[in-house]
Amino acid sequence: MVIEFREVAYVLPNGQSLLAGLNLQVQRGETLVLLGRSGSGKTTTLKLINRLLTPVAGDVLVNGAATAKSDVIRLRRSIGYVIQEVGLFPHYTVGRNIALVPRVEGWPAQRIRQRVEELLQLVGLELPIATRYPHELSGGQRQRVGVARALAADPEILLMDEPFGALDAITRDQLQREFLSLQQRLNKTVVFVTHDLREALRLGSRIALMEAGRLVAVASPAEFLRSTDPLASAYVQAFGDRLESVANRGSA
Amino acid sequence: MNLLHFFWQNHDQIVELTLEHLWLVGVSTLLAVLVGIPLGIISAHWPVWNKPVLGTANIIQTIPSLALFGFLLPVPWLGDRADRLAILALTLYALLPVIRNTYTGIRGVDAAVVEAGRGMGLTDGQLLFQVELPLAVSVILSGVRVAVVVSVGLATIAAAIGAGGLGEFIFRGLAMVNNQLILAGAIPAAILALSADFGLGWLEKRLRPR
Repeated sequence: MVIEFREVAYVLPNGQSLLAGLNLQVQRGETLVLLGRSGSGKTTTLKLINRLLTPVAGDVLVNGAATAKSDVIRLRRSIGYVIQEVGLFPHYTVGRNIALVPRVEGWPAQRIRQRVEELLQLVGLELPIATRYPHELSGGQRQRVGVARALAADPEILLMDEPFGALDAITRDQLQREFLSLQQRLNKTVVFVTHDLREALRLGSRIALMEAGRLVAVASPAEFLRSTDPLASAYVQAFGDRLESVANRGSA
Repeated sequence: MNLLHFFWQNHDQIVELTLEHLWLVGVSTLLAVLVGIPLGIISAHWPVWNKPVLGTANIIQTIPSLALFGFLLPVPWLGDRADRLAILALTLYALLPVIRNTYTGIRGVDAAVVEAGRGMGLTDGQLLFQVELPLAVSVILSGVRVAVVVSVGLATIAAAIGAGGLGEFIFRGLAMVNNQLILAGAIPAAILALSADFGLGWLEKRLRPR
């Protein structure tokens, strides 16, 4: 077990509860999708893993150690993080953006350069793009760079917060496909946030359905489609038929 | 023609007073930057400090300059030398635009960029020096630019307490009802203000992140 939530609660300073009584385990090498509407607590759950948020109650364990007691900088550098807005540094070239963590970790320049080339190839970008600036890239290219940056120091865990949410349908489809083939090769432990059932079914080994700060159900894509849980079936209905064809059967 | 002749005859003194003026403005701006940028960073990162810091700087700004010079005159070490006193007063006035623009610049950095940086494991210091300040630098510089331009004008008043600078000509000219003397102070001061504005404006554009 790579990540574990034990009775985790998170409450905003103003007293509003965002997450309560969360128990969840993420296995090595799986893609766990956190599915839910906005405000369901899925992003909160994600940010508790790299301690951008600290639980008010309960423990979040990464590789068996409670995050609240770990060195937060070390913890974050060992976890890749990709967000919808990408968050590339606009004043850094693509290459420097990708090299961010290796550089602050003090890798030698030669090794960094090698790694950047490797990563660009891995995410399907041409080498010359390394000297360009983020504003010169398309949305899809930016998101690829975001993924490359997250993978730079070869983290075991990858957190992805609606990484393809802002992309057009064709680019999203392409990146989802590439994510699957990448995941087959790299076997990272991925926690993926989305509100799109189709994306969840396609990418997830398991889907954790969340609503109003609570975990409603955890199921494989195939189980999810057959689920009798009212919220799960509401999702299935809302996204229409032919969902079976997209469901991830890789590890389910 | 008359004026040019007058300028030529007094060029030694004009140069000397201009240099004095530059000294007053330069030192006070440097101090305001050294104090104001950290204060701006503090108020941007810890919202509790935002109101007291910006409020104080705002209040200072509302004190009439001549009165501020007067208030500071009896202060022991400060009152000994007029230029010390003038530099302190000018620094206090220059603080507000520097603090405010540092605050605005840092708060204006795209939240997603900061979150990505923090999520990837940058320390607070790395985040500040590698992300926030580089992205805020053009906004901060535009505050410094305002501070310098205002200081060049304000520093002319420092001559009233004997701190020197181009205000000497202006006050002398006023006393003697001599327009040439007033212009001998006003024209170089205007040139100083315009060149500072232009130079810093250019730098600001160069450093603006894409």
